[in-house]
Amino acid sequence: MIMVLDLFTIVAVSLGLVLFLAGVVGLLRLPDPLSRLHALTKADNLGLGLVILGLLAQVDWPFGALKLIALWVLVVVSGSVAGQLLASTQHDLLDTAPARVPDQSADRSQSQR
Amino acid sequence: MNAAIDLGLFADLVIAVSVAGLALWLVLTRERFRAVVGFMVYGLFVALAWMRLGAPDVALTEAAIGGGLVGLLLLGASARVPPEPAATTRRWPLHLTAALLSAVVAAGLAAAVLALPEPAPSLAGTVADALPATKVDNPVTAVLMAFRAVDTLFETVVLVLALIAFWSLVPDRAWRERPAWLPSPRPAPALVLLARLLPPLGVLVAVHLFWIGTSQPGGKFQAGALLAALWALTMIAGLTRPPAADRRLPRLLAVIGPAVFFAIGLAGIWLAGDFLAYPTGLEKPLILVIEAVLMISVAVALGLILAGLPPAAAALSTQDHQGGAGAPREPRS
Amino acid sequence: MTTFLLIAALLVLVMVAVALARLLRSPRPVDWIMAAQLLGTAGIGALLLVGTATGASGALDLALLLALLAAFATLAFAASVRSRTERGRGSAAEAGTPAAAADTANGGLDP
Repeated sequence: MIMVLDLFTIVAVSLGLVLFLAGVVGLLRLPDPLSRLHALTKADNLGLGLVILGLLAQVDWPFGALKLIALWVLVVVSGSVAGQLLASTQHDLLDTAPARVPDQSADRSQSQR
Repeated sequence: MNAAIDLGLFADLVIAVSVAGLALWLVLTRERFRAVVGFMVYGLFVALAWMRLGAPDVALTEAAIGGGLVGLLLLGASARVPPEPAATTRRWPLHLTAALLSAVVAAGLAAAVLALPEPAPSLAGTVADALPATKVDNPVTAVLMAFRAVDTLFETVVLVLALIAFWSLVPDRAWRERPAWLPSPRPAPALVLLARLLPPLGVLVAVHLFWIGTSQPGGKFQAGALLAALWALTMIAGLTRPPAADRRLPRLLAVIGPAVFFAIGLAGIWLAGDFLAYPTGLEKPLILVIEAVLMISVAVALGLILAGLPPAAAALSTQDHQGGAGAPREPRS
Repeated sequence: MTTFLLIAALLVLVMVAVALARLLRSPRPVDWIMAAQLLGTAGIGALLLVGTATGASGALDLALLLALLAAFATLAFAASVRSRTERGRGSAAEAGTPAAAADTANGGLDP
């Protein structure tokens, strides 16, 4: 029984690390802020979520597990809203690189401003 | 176990290199805002370093103050200071001298620490022996609130003095105006959502931190700093308005902590024989009461400082600014 | 298991240190804010892993505190950007060109 729990933790934490690495790589390699933000929020929500899922098998039920789940909910909520907030600042600043925007919406965004 | 020790060493190396690299970088960087964000990141790394050094109470304080409050203060300040002139090449001798002096001080400290005998002299054993008499299990809380309570009393008074010094910047005619540093015009809806969601959860976490402070890392100061940061969040989003300097309630709340602490200390002369001595049997309830009012005072005082100054105070600064909103900017062309 | 969790925490730390070194050199303010957000989340992850592995007291509480404060850099940045764009729109209404509003807003936060 302990072996199964340990195996579950190893698998889940490793997956979480892989997703975290993917998020970091995306954060560094993607060209413009909005796509980087997308990578960041994936690392935040999924990466940390899988790590916490794996750790659930290692802590004592119920209080330790409840604390971890509450922490994860807090991170997901604040991370998601913070992501929205950052995206809205980009909308305010018009920071998207012109080369990424297809021709039609370039005209549309200029006429909106 | 050897593997765990080697891993710990490697982790310490990563943290130490990151902290040193970040510190060097944010001193050298040209853009002010980048340095401020770098400073908040640096605070988070230092909190991790404190955890590695086995000082969770300090780590909690560093995260709350360095990551939250000082970051907010510096962000506000960096938006209000006028831009520096571009020519900084002439100042290299000054920078070099400052760097050399800092390096000499750091080397001296390192030599002093490394020259300590093994094991280094410490009072930890004495504190551990005397700990059961204080009825609290967290040695940091016992030292702060029982053995060195006088120091803590003076520290909380210093916070009130800082608030008074900050308010002394308000010109007389603006004394009744509300501060205007924090509320931003038409905040983004996501910001308002954050300001509605986080404070209730944050208050729960702050109370939790305060309550476990007697037996585990935590305590009034971290809880108070967290509460102040949450209050600042509601002010930024426009959900609450910062109080003017002449309101009675914020002043009362800021002062009540040190006042109650002092009163209990005075009562100790009659009841237990010495200033700030606790009568036997009443230690833990008294410490809890003192910590609770101190938490409120810390939160209110820090929050009032974060709220800033009325707009009329900014009018005294030398550069031109757009009418009313208060934050000076570069001159319009 | 302890060793595995500690290695995982170390990997998280190394990844975020590398990401920070790259992100903080970028010329755009939004990248710096994302670096702060990433460090907050990575710090929470590393703290939870180490705390579960070694049973260090206070790790979970520090993680809770970080979870609350991680968004602060973001929201302070967003508030300052919003107030600057509002003022930019005010001056653009006088100047009459939307492009001028974008330019003053896009002046960013570098003084």
